Amino acid sequence: MNELSENLIVIRDLKYSRGPRVIFEGLNLTIRRGEITALMGPSGTGKTTLLRLITRQLIPQQGTITIDGIDISTLSQKELYQLRQRFGMLFQNGALLTDLSVFENVAFPLREHTELSNRLIRHVVLTKLHAVGLRGAADMMPAELSGGMARRVALARAMVMDPDILIYDEPFVGLDPISLGVIVRLVRRMNDALGITSIVVSHDVEEISTVADRTFLISNGKVAASGSPDELKTASSDLVRQFMHGMADGPVAFHFDAPDYEEQLLGRDSE
Amino acid sequence: MRQVLLDGWNNTVEFVRTFGAFQLFFLRLLAHSPSLLFTRFNVVVYQVYNAGALSLVIIMICGLFVGAVLALQAYSNMSIFNAEDWTGVAAHLALVKELGPVMTAILFAARAGTALTSEIGLMKATDQLAAMEMMAVNPVRRVLVPRFLGGVISMPLLAAIFSAVGMFGAHLVGVELFQVDVGSFWQQIQLIAESSDINEGIIKSIVFGFAASVIAVWEGYNAIPTAEGVARATTRTVVITAIAILVFDFMITAALI
Repeated sequence: MNELSENLIVIRDLKYSRGPRVIFEGLNLTIRRGEITALMGPSGTGKTTLLRLITRQLIPQQGTITIDGIDISTLSQKELYQLRQRFGMLFQNGALLTDLSVFENVAFPLREHTELSNRLIRHVVLTKLHAVGLRGAADMMPAELSGGMARRVALARAMVMDPDILIYDEPFVGLDPISLGVIVRLVRRMNDALGITSIVVSHDVEEISTVADRTFLISNGKVAASGSPDELKTASSDLVRQFMHGMADGPVAFHFDAPDYEEQLLGRDSE
Repeated sequence: MRQVLLDGWNNTVEFVRTFGAFQLFFLRLLAHSPSLLFTRFNVVVYQVYNAGALSLVIIMICGLFVGAVLALQAYSNMSIFNAEDWTGVAAHLALVKELGPVMTAILFAARAGTALTSEIGLMKATDQLAAMEMMAVNPVRRVLVPRFLGGVISMPLLAAIFSAVGMFGAHLVGVELFQVDVGSFWQQIQLIAESSDINEGIIKSIVFGFAASVIAVWEGYNAIPTAEGVARATTRTVVITAIAILVFDFMITAALI
């Protein structure tokens, strides 16, 4: 396989800042086709922002993002929408459309982008719902679903157009152990069975270690480390060790920047 | 002093920028409207139901009482000159030319406008609009334009119903309560009323429909995606719509006189 066909998404020298705050500076990252790539990092490092940059919901100030060799900054609105049809994205809270039933939520992309008959749409939607174990919930409304169920419905919706790339934004947050196990298995199964490329943003070290092929640890606007989850666990870098082993203090300080404790308690800081 | 001037300049620049963005947003809604009307008519009909049909009760109740109170005022003042027969005319002109469109627009902002703003704002806060973007569905076309059109279509219809029910209220007070002769009550209206009066009301309600709908949709789409942000946007919808309606009312009346 040549480099272009092996590397699906290539990010080079990315710079993005929000107001005066620099989120990324000189970020380089390559996502390989067919793999599950995990993006990890302490809270606030901009992992979700990176997903939004990859899908061009945000535009970087500098640097390039190419998908299949195409620089996404050059795409027109129409071409961008065509590209996005190759993506499926699972939002952290599911982002189901609250005025539509579970069935209609999953059917939504099909109704918007295809001319399929109602019978065929029903067939496809029920197949996808069956794959996530929620065929029986087809007539329920999003408000009636638990957090785990909502995320599984959102996963069914994300894959209903048979995407090439599935993006998961914090898929493991706030789930009970059973739902968590179900989602972890689904991520792996979707990737292998459908031959897609998955990008998972998470800071759940244990869960991500069981599914990811490659992991990028992002900190201070750059990739601080990359490799397989096992390689990262045995890495010598202080930051990687702190993150992978969940240590409270280290390069990522426990305390947010603050004036001297004693001075502040004694009220001298305002003098 | 320098700081005051600087703040004033920055606020002016910000206002002009926001106003420009608002106009572009309005043009985007208009540009998408014709195709949506033809291709997704059922989605628009659902929003006419949401914004229009669900506002019917409040519009009819308010219309009834506004008509009734107009007749009360008209009768009590006209009777001084023995001109009770003109009660209906006074109520008719006030309702059709002014109060029908204006009251309907303000009630619309309070009932449907706030619902639109908070619905769109919450959709934004819960990533539903971002999810649509990711599904390659333009949220402006799929979410905003149907709601905008729903308001634009509903407003003239609601204003007409407001005025009709208002006249019924005026009839109840004038004819049933104060025993104004029913023939005179309606005959005077027929003699005095001109189609231009009704046209004025129709023009106003159409303009108000565009104004109230675009403000509600704009505020929702640009709401800060937090509970507080959506609450502020909802409040702004009512305040800005009420001011815009009254300013437009003055301008249209001045232009048509």
